[in-house]
Amino acid sequence: MSARAQVGIVLVSHSGPVAEAVADLARGLAAGGATAPVAAAGGTSAGGLGTSADMVAAAARSVDRGAGVALLVDLGSAVLTVKAMLAEGDELPDGSRLVDAPFVEGAVAALVTASAGGGLDAVEAAATEAYGYRKV
Amino acid sequence: MLDTDFFRRWMTATATAVDREADRLTDLDSAIGDADHGSNMRRGFGAVTDVLEKESPGSPGAVLVLAGRHLISTVGGASGPLYGTLLRGTGKALGDAAEVSWEQLTEAFGAGVAAVARLGGAKAGDKTMLDALLPAVEALGTSAEAARDAALAGALATVPLPARKGRASYLGERSVGHQDPGAASAALLVAALAEAARTDEGGRA
Repeated sequence: MSARAQVGIVLVSHSGPVAEAVADLARGLAAGGATAPVAAAGGTSAGGLGTSADMVAAAARSVDRGAGVALLVDLGSAVLTVKAMLAEGDELPDGSRLVDAPFVEGAVAALVTASAGGGLDAVEAAATEAYGYRKV
Repeated sequence: MLDTDFFRRWMTATATAVDREADRLTDLDSAIGDADHGSNMRRGFGAVTDVLEKESPGSPGAVLVLAGRHLISTVGGASGPLYGTLLRGTGKALGDAAEVSWEQLTEAFGAGVAAVARLGGAKAGDKTMLDALLPAVEALGTSAEAARDAALAGALATVPLPARKGRASYLGERSVGHQDPGAASAALLVAALAEAARTDEGGRA
């Protein structure tokens, strides 16, 4: 693994527009230089609400730079599909990890950390930490 | 002993039952879910039927692993990874033997059901597919018919329960009085197993 390899981020939502918009938001807030690769995998391949394992696998391959891939998910089938794919073992790049984090806040924290050169553990820690920020 | 053809019959009988009952599954899901369980299951098991014709896997375990993988990639809803994990977990537990005994199937199906429980984090009484599958595993050692009846009874027993998992859990007490669609489809899967077993006995007679 090269020292410059970056962690890739995959955002898996039930909705294509939600995944794309959260990726845009994270890119916007992480900007200030080049950002780490982030890909959206939202909705089904037919454009409906749900999760497509094929789209998740393609997104993970597209952001894999050899430093690991952090997958953030929203609800229900998104969580279960990624967990089932990780259990299968051969559908996602080596070093893929389901990160337990709030979807929007976690995506921003993960992309900022990955863009700053943080490794997979640091990306996961930053995204998970977003759960600790109480709003009231 | 149960051969590869038995497992293909199980999967095609499930596809036929899901196709026949798709509207009922969707009606159940429209009461406490997002009204797509029937169409999702029909799409998933339709893809399973197609791929089993195309690829003709060579062992009982391979039939179930292939079916499970296709459910995960085609269903699009939570039932995809759940049923995919059930069949793949069962198939992996069967290994690559060309024929398996009923006892081996019983044990492997138990392993598949345990994998589903781990994936979804649900337990008995949470108003999920496990409420049909767990009694079926218990009864499978006795006979396929006993498992079919136990799964059906388990699915019907979800009616008075409040949902604790999935989208229906957001409804809380309002989910009471409705049968869980996942338990209903799981009962179809077990009934299809009994159907495949009956055909097997008829074929031997």
